[in-house]
Amino acid sequence: MKLVTAIIKPHQLDEVKEALEAFGIQGMTISEAHGYGRQRGHSEVYRGAEYTVDFVPKSRIEVLVDDMDASSVVDVILKAAQTGRIGDGKIWVVPVEDVARVRTGERGVEAI
Amino acid sequence: MRNPMLTPGVLMQHDGNTRARVAKPPTATVVAMSTPLMPFAEAADQIDYASTAFVILCASLVLLMTTPGLALFYGGMTRTKSILNMMMMSFSAMGVVGLIYVLYGYSMSFGSENIAGIIANPFQHFGLSGTTDTVVNPFGYEGYGNIPELAFVGFQLTFAVITVALISGAIADRVKFSTWLVFSALWVTFSYFPIAHMVWGGGLLSANETSLSSLIFGSTDGTANVVPIDFAGGTVVHINAGMAGLVLALVVGKRIGFGKISMRPHNVPLTMIGAGLLWFGWFGFNAGSELAPDGTSALVWINTTTATCAAMLGWLVVEKIRDGHATSVGAASGVVAGLVAITPACGALSPLGSIVLGVVAGALCALAVGLKFRLGYDDSLDVVGVHLVAGVWGTIGAGLLATATGLFYGGGIDQTVIQILIALCTIVISGVVTLVIALALKSTMGWRIPEDVEVAGIDQAEHAESAYDLVSVGGRVGAPSFGQHASSSDSKNLEGAQS
Repeated sequence: MKLVTAIIKPHQLDEVKEALEAFGIQGMTISEAHGYGRQRGHSEVYRGAEYTVDFVPKSRIEVLVDDMDASSVVDVILKAAQTGRIGDGKIWVVPVEDVARVRTGERGVEAI
Repeated sequence: MRNPMLTPGVLMQHDGNTRARVAKPPTATVVAMSTPLMPFAEAADQIDYASTAFVILCASLVLLMTTPGLALFYGGMTRTKSILNMMMMSFSAMGVVGLIYVLYGYSMSFGSENIAGIIANPFQHFGLSGTTDTVVNPFGYEGYGNIPELAFVGFQLTFAVITVALISGAIADRVKFSTWLVFSALWVTFSYFPIAHMVWGGGLLSANETSLSSLIFGSTDGTANVVPIDFAGGTVVHINAGMAGLVLALVVGKRIGFGKISMRPHNVPLTMIGAGLLWFGWFGFNAGSELAPDGTSALVWINTTTATCAAMLGWLVVEKIRDGHATSVGAASGVVAGLVAITPACGALSPLGSIVLGVVAGALCALAVGLKFRLGYDDSLDVVGVHLVAGVWGTIGAGLLATATGLFYGGGIDQTVIQILIALCTIVISGVVTLVIALALKSTMGWRIPEDVEVAGIDQAEHAESAYDLVSVGGRVGAPSFGQHASSSDSKNLEGAQS
């Protein structure tokens, strides 16, 4: 099993969600996140004083998948989240040791 | 006929100067309350109901400026962790000053027992005694304008409240609530009431025959030859509050991290709503200062609008050129700058003159708000950059642009000179009085909350509340036992709330 984590632009979230649903993903976890990569933050001006905002708002998507789906899911997210401009985000995949479904007590792949 | 005086024969026409227009009784100029008070019983059927309704409604509009207008305008510009404290400073000014005004404030500002031209006897009308059944006509209008004295008291009360609340913007995020309450009471007593008396109550900065203006330019029939113009409070309210803000910012000191960490406004829409409410209420402030719904009050309404529109655009143009963007906070600030500047001048200018006054005010303040970073004082929400700067400009601008006596209208330099003088006097008096009060409080109660508490957020420490339920907290509900609460400066109280 793998955990696919994607940091994307918040306004790409709907497209990514729909693409994942179309692929057959049953569930996902979304959280609001803040961060920056190579694009750095942006600057805002209030009453003439310039504030550099380092951490820009991002959405984090986490999806648990079977090993064989991991690469395809990355592709699906990549395609849906890509705008071609700086700040599009990042996706990474890590191995998962075990998963449990709380309601039924199912373990492993069954619980995904 | 119950009220034969409701309809003046002709619409009162504005003749260019401010309250000098109503100088029919020789003593009634800028000087309020200079006509003899009539016992209510004799005058009851002479009350001008239109003027009375007008003044009561305008007083209510001015209250809307403080609560919630100013509270929202300032609150939106603070950080998430300190908006409640900011709003509480406005609300508490209402509580403290509203009571003091009724107890002795009115008597001290507008009583007839003048003490050295600086204050009136605070005990003459203590608790509003002797004012509850009298009718006044403060500017001596002929044929209209008789209002119950209590309507006049109420209107003036609202001015004292907002002046104190304005100061709070200079010391956001870092001041003990208890010290602020005591400061409010002391400052309104020793700075606001005396200056209100000097300018509006027949004191040193008015047009009385014993005033500064009479001393310099002479007087005719008990009225100064050059009548100082402060229609609705450029000196009394804005220069006074702005100067107090500057002194407090210096005495209290900077917020931790000022100039290093980001302190951007956390909720700009609240600031925009606040600015809109201030603008709306300001019609009561300015037009209401005529104390009657006549031709001048209509002119004041127009001038208040045009100057404010022009100031907003002036501010935005400076921003666009300097920073590359026209901002929302800039629009809201430009609105306030324009309203401040037109306040002293609104009865004396033409609508075109108001545009000039407004656009300069907007541009000037947009440049002035950056000064605090260069000079290194933390006037957190720009009370100095907006209220002091626009207040001084509006007061002096009235001398330049007054259609009857202004320099640009061929009236000579005298009006401008007296305008500069009343502005300077207000700056000095307010500055010195505020300094004394601020230093006294610093060495007794102390101004600052502890450093760790300030970093964690003043709302939690001073009020035990959070403005926003950003993280739902666990725990139980229970009635706190009286006296068992943790002290506000106890930083242990904050553990857990911060995680």
